[in-house]
Amino acid sequence: MIRERQTMNFNFKHEWIETNIGLMAVLTMLAISVGGLVEIAPLFFIDKTIEKVDGVRPYTPLEQRGRDIYQREGCYLCHSQMIRPFRDEKLRYGHYSLAAESQYDHPFQWGSKRTGPDLARVGGKYSNEWHVQHLTAPRSMVPESVMPNYPWLSKTPLDISDITDRMEALRKVGVPYSLTEAEYKANVARFGETVAKQLHIPNAQQSLIEQANFGNYDGDRSGISEMDALVAYLQVLGTMVDFNKYKDDAFVNDR
Amino acid sequence: MAVTTYSGAEQYNFEVVKKFAVMSIVWAVVGMFVGVYIASELAWPLLNFDSPYISFGRFRPVHTTSVIFGFGGSALFATSYYVVQRTCQTRLISDGMASFTFWGWMAVIALADVSYMLGYTQSREYAEMEWPIDILIEVVWVTYLILFVGTIMRRKQPHIYVANWFYVSFILATALLHTFNNLAMPINLFSMKSYSLFSGVQDAMTQWWYGHNAVGFFLTAAFLGMMYYFVPKQAGRPIYSYRLSIVHFWALSFMYMWVGGHHLHWTALPDWTSSLAAAFSILLLMPSWGGMINGIMTLSGAWDKLRTDPVMRFMIVALSFYGMSTFEGPMMSLKEVNALSHYTDWTVGHVHSGALGWVAMITFGSLYHMMPKLWDTKMYSRKLIEWHFWLATIGIVLYIVAMWISGITQGLMWRAFDEFGNLQYSFVESVAAMHPFYAMRAIGGMFFLTGAVLMAFNMLMTIRQGKRESAALEARLAAKLAHA
Repeated sequence: MIRERQTMNFNFKHEWIETNIGLMAVLTMLAISVGGLVEIAPLFFIDKTIEKVDGVRPYTPLEQRGRDIYQREGCYLCHSQMIRPFRDEKLRYGHYSLAAESQYDHPFQWGSKRTGPDLARVGGKYSNEWHVQHLTAPRSMVPESVMPNYPWLSKTPLDISDITDRMEALRKVGVPYSLTEAEYKANVARFGETVAKQLHIPNAQQSLIEQANFGNYDGDRSGISEMDALVAYLQVLGTMVDFNKYKDDAFVNDR
Repeated sequence: MAVTTYSGAEQYNFEVVKKFAVMSIVWAVVGMFVGVYIASELAWPLLNFDSPYISFGRFRPVHTTSVIFGFGGSALFATSYYVVQRTCQTRLISDGMASFTFWGWMAVIALADVSYMLGYTQSREYAEMEWPIDILIEVVWVTYLILFVGTIMRRKQPHIYVANWFYVSFILATALLHTFNNLAMPINLFSMKSYSLFSGVQDAMTQWWYGHNAVGFFLTAAFLGMMYYFVPKQAGRPIYSYRLSIVHFWALSFMYMWVGGHHLHWTALPDWTSSLAAAFSILLLMPSWGGMINGIMTLSGAWDKLRTDPVMRFMIVALSFYGMSTFEGPMMSLKEVNALSHYTDWTVGHVHSGALGWVAMITFGSLYHMMPKLWDTKMYSRKLIEWHFWLATIGIVLYIVAMWISGITQGLMWRAFDEFGNLQYSFVESVAAMHPFYAMRAIGGMFFLTGAVLMAFNMLMTIRQGKRESAALEARLAAKLAHA
């Protein structure tokens, strides 16, 4: 008597797949597509993924240029920008990072390594002068540091020729920079007039120069350097949300 | 036996295999040298020399791209083209396409490396290449897929050998991952600068879906494909279990794609995604160890080969490191463990135990098997293979032990409180504590690099030897024909 294979309702043989590359490819694509879909797609649709919190705004043109420099130099490889909800991190860095705080970050720079400290709330912790000196020669401020020197930042003028291109590209991927009057008015309602002016693309170069001159981040009024931009960016990190307005456990249910 | 060069109609295209095999060792030496250099920069920062081009932040992706995509990628192209032709008993369907994948891939690595030093980067780990290079990768990759699948379609007998399932899975997965993770908006058509389509938490999840599966498919499934051909060939025995290969192939392919979130535990990623990733990471232990068992048990009944054959030793030790790393990974994916390990050097140690212990060593073993066949000769020096094995193993152990100590030290120092409830250590105190381990890790890397350099030398001498022997053979043949 011939022994039949007892599998499910029909005699499935893996051999069917092993002798048919088309079937193998299709089944493989199905197998490998599920995980990503289940974990990524809902993040765009579930409301509480981005917490409802006041204060978060897009970067101003100067800050965005600073962020571009942060990316260029690979700062994310040694510095994270994501504080975790742990007691020691609360003491060392401040309130844990909300998803809302990086919603305009294209790309995210949460980082995977802390060779140096987390920078998510470094804004306002050190003076501009400290940053300039530390970025130029880290060991002059922190002798045990292993950070490279960045002497070229203060010496390199900031290239602002493509600032509108950059902001328009960011607008296309969803950052609410404004091009039209209507968009500008919507920003005034949402972020207030001071901020809305800085998010208006036609004003970009002018607003960048104004912010650099007003802030004088690199301490050198003779021009606008890459250091101006980078320090302006660092000084805004983590400062947008006023956590004093919220109870300690205000965001717990959003996790 | 490889087909010798004097026959007119060559059965297989081994020219492209040879090119990729040689370049994989070249990129290994380049990439590992850069790795040792950046490790040394962390131990002795003066090595940054105030230069933007080799500063750690710009130089690190030169290392990762060169070793993963240069060394690993070229080895995968070389071995997959070799394996698919031999197991299907048919030549690659197009020499032109094969050649294009070679030159295209070399261009990708070279352009990527130079561009990072100049400051062009998308700032996403293992996907730093800016958009024009991403497009080149897409074109090369689609060509690779067509070439590989097309060759399988022309196979001489119906059954597709198991190694090819893994190679196909890796090619398809890499295409999927690369496409979705690199969606970006260039600022204009003449600039290399672009911004990612996604932002914040969605971007983070997309990046680590990609990043972990670059490990899962590019560095694991693909190299399992390599293993499934070269281990039984070197051992002279069949794969241990056919059924196991089926089960773990599908389980691995399905499960790996769920675990990326374990890079984002305790971050602003929602809890549900994080928990799902942790659960699947633990489940993933099973299909991973299925692969390890299948490979190691293939040596069943021939264990003495471990003693006598250094190439076999490379392969079995590689599988052991694979088992170790695929145990360590799930452990680190548990949220409580991750609370300590995230952001520390322990992650770096884990990466390298997998990358050096598994990926590099299985590649070394497979290339040592394949090269003599390609050039129709024996390896120039068995002694050098032995030396390579020991240098590699010692290097890996130095590296991972240094990182275990430094990683756990960092994690514990950051969370230490004094008796008043204040933080015990300033951040920089943890940096200072790292120094001896950064030095030890750089030395471990130097051992590993030295081993790779020995392999490069051995390979060079083997190729010359093979060419000399071929030429001598041809001369003798010509002489015989002249006197016939």
